[in-house]
Amino acid sequence: MLYRLQMSVVKEILSLLRDPASRRLLIGAPILQTLVFSTAATLEVSNADVALLNQDAGRWSYEYVARVIGARFVDEIVIVQSMEEMTELIDRRQVLIGLHLQADFSRDVEAGRPASVQVILDGRRANAAQVASGYLAEISATLGVELEQRDGVSARGSPGVELRHWFNPNLHFRWFIVTSLSALLTMMLTLVTTSLSIAQERELGTFDQVLVSPLNSAEIIISKTVPGLMVGVFVGLLIVLIAVYGFGVPLTSNPLLLFASLLLFLFSVVGLGLAISAFCQTQQQAILGVFIGTIPMILISGFMTPVENMPVWLQVAAELSPLKHMLIIIQGCFLKSWGVAEIWPHAWPMLLIALVTLSFATVVVKSRLE
Amino acid sequence: MTVSVSIEGVSKHFDEHCALKELDANIRGGRLTGLVGPDGAGKTTLMRLLAGLMSVDTGSLKIDGRELGPHTSDIHQLTGYMPQRFGLYEDLTVLENLKLYADLRGLDRRMTSGLFERLLHFTGLGSFTDRLAGNLSGGMKQKLGLACALMARPQLLLLDEPSVGVDPVSRQDLWDMVQELAGEGMAVVWSTAYLDEAERCDEVLLLEESELVYCGAPADLTRRLQGRSYLAKNLGGDRRLWLTRALELPSVRDGVIQGAAVRLVLGRDGSLDEISGLVESVGGRLEAVAPRFEDAFIDLLGGGPDGHSAIAEKMEPVEQARDIMVECRDLSKHFGDFTATDGISFSVHKGEILGLLGPNGAGKSTTFKMLCGLLKPSSGVAEVVGLDLRHSPSTAKLQLGYMAQKFSLYGLMSVQQNLEFFSGVYGLRGKLRRDRIQEMIDTFELQPYLAESPENLPLGFKQRMALACALMHRPSVLFLDEPTSGVDPVTRREFWTHITGLVAKGVTVLVTTHFMDEAEYCDRVALVNRGQLIALDSPDALKASAACAALPDPTMEDAFIRLIEAQEPPSEHAA
Amino acid sequence: MSRVSKTAVLLRRMAALTRKESIQILRDPSSLVIAFVLPPILLFLFAFAVSLDVKHVPFAVVLEGNGVKAHSLAAAYSATPYLDVVPVRDRRIGRELLTRGVVDGFVVIPQDFDERVLNQVPGAAIQVITDGSKPNSANFTAAYAEGVFQIWLRGEAGAAVAPRIDQRQRVWFNPELESRRVLLPGAIAIVMTMIGTLLTSLVVAREWERGTMEALMSTPPSMLEIIISKLLPYFALGLIATLGCVLMAVFLFSVPLQGSLIAVLLLSSVFLVPALGQGLLISTLAKNQFVAAQAAIFSGFMPAFLLSGFIYEIDSMPTLVQWITQVVPARYFVSSLQTVFLTGDVWAQFRWDMFAMLCVGALFFSITLANSHKRLD
Repeated sequence: MLYRLQMSVVKEILSLLRDPASRRLLIGAPILQTLVFSTAATLEVSNADVALLNQDAGRWSYEYVARVIGARFVDEIVIVQSMEEMTELIDRRQVLIGLHLQADFSRDVEAGRPASVQVILDGRRANAAQVASGYLAEISATLGVELEQRDGVSARGSPGVELRHWFNPNLHFRWFIVTSLSALLTMMLTLVTTSLSIAQERELGTFDQVLVSPLNSAEIIISKTVPGLMVGVFVGLLIVLIAVYGFGVPLTSNPLLLFASLLLFLFSVVGLGLAISAFCQTQQQAILGVFIGTIPMILISGFMTPVENMPVWLQVAAELSPLKHMLIIIQGCFLKSWGVAEIWPHAWPMLLIALVTLSFATVVVKSRLE
Repeated sequence: MTVSVSIEGVSKHFDEHCALKELDANIRGGRLTGLVGPDGAGKTTLMRLLAGLMSVDTGSLKIDGRELGPHTSDIHQLTGYMPQRFGLYEDLTVLENLKLYADLRGLDRRMTSGLFERLLHFTGLGSFTDRLAGNLSGGMKQKLGLACALMARPQLLLLDEPSVGVDPVSRQDLWDMVQELAGEGMAVVWSTAYLDEAERCDEVLLLEESELVYCGAPADLTRRLQGRSYLAKNLGGDRRLWLTRALELPSVRDGVIQGAAVRLVLGRDGSLDEISGLVESVGGRLEAVAPRFEDAFIDLLGGGPDGHSAIAEKMEPVEQARDIMVECRDLSKHFGDFTATDGISFSVHKGEILGLLGPNGAGKSTTFKMLCGLLKPSSGVAEVVGLDLRHSPSTAKLQLGYMAQKFSLYGLMSVQQNLEFFSGVYGLRGKLRRDRIQEMIDTFELQPYLAESPENLPLGFKQRMALACALMHRPSVLFLDEPTSGVDPVTRREFWTHITGLVAKGVTVLVTTHFMDEAEYCDRVALVNRGQLIALDSPDALKASAACAALPDPTMEDAFIRLIEAQEPPSEHAA
Repeated sequence: MSRVSKTAVLLRRMAALTRKESIQILRDPSSLVIAFVLPPILLFLFAFAVSLDVKHVPFAVVLEGNGVKAHSLAAAYSATPYLDVVPVRDRRIGRELLTRGVVDGFVVIPQDFDERVLNQVPGAAIQVITDGSKPNSANFTAAYAEGVFQIWLRGEAGAAVAPRIDQRQRVWFNPELESRRVLLPGAIAIVMTMIGTLLTSLVVAREWERGTMEALMSTPPSMLEIIISKLLPYFALGLIATLGCVLMAVFLFSVPLQGSLIAVLLLSSVFLVPALGQGLLISTLAKNQFVAAQAAIFSGFMPAFLLSGFIYEIDSMPTLVQWITQVVPARYFVSSLQTVFLTGDVWAQFRWDMFAMLCVGALFFSITLANSHKRLD
């Protein structure tokens, strides 16, 4: 029995690797995607264009504008002469922010009155506008404090806040994205590979050939988990390596723990893939099934936005998604030096999902055989 | 008015490979031109060139003196083409398919309703207009495909293997239809692997290895064989064994089983002495018969294979005490309201070949699948070696060898890897496994293809491969589901050589086929129609039961058609 | 044959092909699922699950000081609606909670807090620690935590001291900065990409796999006619799905439609040109459905998700990636859709976006045509 199993596992491996097109796809696509998407997906703001309407000819408006120009997030300042012109630029999405300094700006500063800066944000780019507005507020606050010190209003200073970001002190957004991608891309590839492998054999007619052979349904299911696991382990490790050596993300936990969690994650994903393919007759249905299954899973996993932001009932649903648990474990292993004790609360739900889906798939496939 | 198509010095290459070499021929209107030849001889390429789907490398194709090719403006009015796998849309109904092709050909809508009526009547599909094409039987699909190709009343009708996988009754219908069309002046090219069809064509083009080796009336070719065909009768004992010995004789060019008798073709200068000696040694009788086109075809291609099956010779005799190896009792299967098989009972004895014959959709495959344990019977018992394969332990499946209708090998693995997989799954290991694989490679001459994907193999080799994979574990029962569909006659002979060799060693064979000459190889034939077993007897007895005054010596095909038609009124047999 | 009747024949052929394709769509449940079941699910999730508006940040307040001021600050933290506060007394517990991911940050109010505040000691009076492994949340958490302290401090100082530079913020088109209003138009672009690219690449690959393409090619219609009439039903399917999405967005999820419906449909029609072109291109290059599906995911779906600018700002991407986004048609569609929903009909922007989409479409179609001739040989 073990020997037969070994044979059909070898078969799965060979079929997976024979086709050069799918081989290229399996190796090339994850690398390319990791590189492109991890540099592309950032919620930080840089290279923003700003429209400036400066109606003040005084020294302080120049000081303020100079600081904005010097700010790292700004790419280009477009000087406009009228509010209409500014409206036009914002409407056409050519600038992210409009800055309006009124004629009495310098006068107010000199007089010690609060000088107002009007900031217009493009609500269509809600997140970027908010972040950029935060950067501008910092500029305003710094200038304000300097003015106070110059005027001797608060010579002694005031109590402040000591701010520290743990695990990722410089808040590199890429550390977050590239580690998350290692779970996300692995999941997509594994699911597609697994769910197609049964449908493909059905379409080609080789499934009957296997069914009349001495292989029993448990052996068939076990060997069908192999291609997915292989692809998953390969792609997962590849992206982890890219993260560590390409993007310099520190791997603070024991790598074996990360690997063990990856395996557990893959089992649950393969289980889902088999459950999907048990329902599907054709490859097209399997592919579309994967889509309908994965998109919601990605959206509620916390990859794009924090799980805490979602309504409670969706947070409950998110518990059913292995991706959510894996994302937490990956961040923990990479950045937070997690040990078994921290990993376990997120590992057992994956184990449970794997057990449920795999036994479900076995039952369905078995009933199909009979 | 009759058209004429001239083919002058036509060559076509694909990369390195030459598909057609310097072809010269004429195709005339009002006649049926058969296109025959082994697999890969260039038949489909010639069809595609004539249909204007590709252009020639050198030479010219002309229809009534006008150039024929992709750039001919009215090529689509001139030719109607029915590809091998005809492009019917399976999720469209019969009528929707017809309408689609009528519109594509720009037919006048006022005319179409009359045309549809004629075509539907002609094809016998009148009562199925609302059925999805995917739910039609193989024969009906081909008829619908023909109807679509006929839509524009082309001057040149090209049919690429229209009868593959089609049962004899539907094949006869198809043939009559095409014959009628040719009578109207249309030029019809019909490519086929069935040589009895080719024999009835007005003219044949015989291609071999990209070259035209014969062009003319089939009878002219057949005539060359005058006085070389014989039928050996009353052979007593085992006729298959006798055939093997006959094929060893240098003077014998070709030989096939025909019921209880053996049909032989002598070499050009072969004397009758050797063979009459062999006949007399078993107390048989030799009878001179008229040659067939098939005899000439095989002769032209260098004769049939010798009667040896290396694989059968190496095999140990099957040791099995029981006599009844396969049995079904009252086997029924319902799919919803539809009854696929209805109370079928038969048994197959050890060392017997049982042929399962019947029209498309009669329930052959369903019976087959229930016996293999792939389908659950609604009622009744299906047993192989006394076991129900659905519930029996994996080891019971070791008794079974299975060859599916479509050659089901893993295209994503090499030939070598396929052999390793199938031997391994059946529990072979170590030296035994290596030996068996090597044995298959040697027997089936697979050496040059070991690294290739089975998908890239010529059809004949695919079929050898599939047989090799089914035989490595030395099964005592062999299930063959249309194993030779679309395979050329030479390869089919070779295939049957192996089968007869295996049977001699005690292997039991259950086979389905649409080739009536293959049915002659069987010990008994079970005829299934509409889910019921309507006849079960030896080929000769079946033929005899169909004999009548008009047809004193019916062929197997005549017998088949007659037995099926006896069960239902002829107008309905399309169902 | 006269000119007029030639055109009539051409139209009839194309109508026949289009009708055939439509019947196939209607009989295949999986394409209907993609067009009519997936969009509501997607819109629904974008409306509820994906929200960039950070509220209810889990946050620990480590109160080590026992003074009045310390308690008052702790109360201020508990009162803010943006933070879900876990009160603890020991900073080690704070650390533990942060490491385990239970909270996104914590503030330490030390023992000498009252003293520092009363004596106006410069330097850090409190410590704010965030979970840097979630950089976006970390930024928001830090801003909230600091904000609470600053406001509390001003409150303590009695009369509010106005800042010297008073930054007044106005958000146009989406005053509450509700991310749903921004994301839903983006979700429509994803739905359209699925229909245009994924579905098309699968059905055309299937036509080759099943051999029906060969039969079609032996009939009068040219390759161009076949392709165009094959795509038309998917074009219609895409538009119908868009219309459904727009109606849902407006009436179910109350995203205002400031522009005109005509503009939405026009933009969608133009977007379908490159989307369908891409699907066609993939199916021409890919040998089978497996490769076609993978290619459609990686070149169509993922870029529409990540490179179209609807979540991640294109301007913030590296220059090379910004170049890549130029050929992602969803990028132009997303920006125009957000405008038509939130701003109105800004034709100056639409003109440019539509031009760009047509260019990308022309690129895809010409590569397809250059490759499709070799297919049978």
